[in-house]
Amino acid sequence: MTTLARLLPAPLTSVALLALWLVLARSVSLGQILLGLALALAVPILTKRLRPNRVRVRRPLVVVRFILTVGYDVLLSNFQIAWDVLRWRSRRPQSRFVVVPLELRDPLGLAALSMVTTVVPGTVWSEIALDRSALLLHVWDVADESDFIARFKHRYEKPLVEIFA
Amino acid sequence: MNAVPFWAELVVSGLLVLSGLFVLIAALGFLRLPDFFTRMHPPALTYTFGSWTVALAGVLYFSKLEGRLALHPWLPVVLLSISVPVTTVLLARVALFRRRVAGAADTPPPLSQSDGS
Amino acid sequence: MTSLLSVAVPFAIGCYALASVLVLVRLIRGPRAQDRVFALDLLYMHAMLVMLVLGIGHGSDVYFEAALLIALFGFVSSSAMAKFILRGEVIE
Repeated sequence: MTTLARLLPAPLTSVALLALWLVLARSVSLGQILLGLALALAVPILTKRLRPNRVRVRRPLVVVRFILTVGYDVLLSNFQIAWDVLRWRSRRPQSRFVVVPLELRDPLGLAALSMVTTVVPGTVWSEIALDRSALLLHVWDVADESDFIARFKHRYEKPLVEIFA
Repeated sequence: MNAVPFWAELVVSGLLVLSGLFVLIAALGFLRLPDFFTRMHPPALTYTFGSWTVALAGVLYFSKLEGRLALHPWLPVVLLSISVPVTTVLLARVALFRRRVAGAADTPPPLSQSDGS
Repeated sequence: MTSLLSVAVPFAIGCYALASVLVLVRLIRGPRAQDRVFALDLLYMHAMLVMLVLGIGHGSDVYFEAALLIALFGFVSSSAMAKFILRGEVIE
C-alpha cells in the first residue's frame, strides 16, 4: 500500500466531505477551506475500519448516464403514480410481487440498486436472497412480468455491473 | 440583499405549488390504498418529487436573494437519498416478516431457506 | 415577501397540513404497527418540508438547519422503531 493510499483511503469520500463542509458553511474563504480539508482528510482515516473493501468506481460516463436515466424515470413514474392514485376508483393498477434474478454481486452495487428502487416510485425493494441471486420487488403496476424484468435489468442492473465490476 | 426578479419568483412559486399538490396526492394514496405494500408506493412521491421541487425552489430563491450560488437547500435531499432507502427497506422487511409469521395470504415465500430475520 | 410568494407559500404549507391530517388518520387507523411507523416517518417528512418552505417564505437561512435536524431525527427514530418491531430490541 502506497503512502498516498494510506493517507487518502477513500478519495471520493474526502471530496464529498469537503464539498459538504463548504456548502454547509456557505462560504469559500481560506479558513473554511482549511477546516474542510482537515475534516476531509481525518474522517476517512478514522473510519477506515468501517469500510472493509476499497470503493472502486469505474466508467464515469456510465455513472453520469445512469444518474440521468434514474432522474428521468423518477419524474415519469412520479406523474404516473400520482395519476393512478387520483383515478383509483375507475382503474386499479396491477400491483404484485416480482422476483428478479440478479447478476450483480458487488455489495456496493446492490446498495446503489436498493437506493434506485426506493427513489423510483413504483418499485419497493422487499427482500434479497442470502446468496444474492434473486431480488423480491413489489411493483406498483406491472402488466407483463417478463417485460418488466427485462426492462429493469437493462436500465438499472447493467450499468451498475459496469460501474462496480 | 438583492431583489428577487419576477421570473425567479414565478418559478419558485410554481415549484412550491407543485410540491404541495404532490405531497397531498401522496398522502391521499397513503390513506386510500387497501394493502400495506401498495401503500408503500405513494409516499415515494413525497420523498422524491415533493422534496426535490422544494429544494430546487430554495436553491433558486436563495441564489437570487444572496446574489451568489447557494446550494445548501439541496443538502436535505442528499441526506434523504441516503436515509430513506434504509428505513423503507427495513419497513418492507418488517412487513414481510410479520405477514409470514401471521400466515397471511398473498405473501410470497422466502427467497432463501434459512432467512436470518 | 412579495405578492406571488405570499400566495404560494401558504398554499404549499396548507397542502402539507392537509396531507398531515390524512396521514394522521392512517396513523390512528393502523391496522398494523408497520403502518404506524411509516405514517410517523411521513409526518417527519412533512415537518421538514414545512421548515424548508417557511425558510423560503421568510427569506431566512435559520429554518434550513431545523429542516436538516428534523430529517436526521426522523431517520433515526423510524429506523429504530422498525428495528424494534422486527427483532424486539433496538441494540443487540
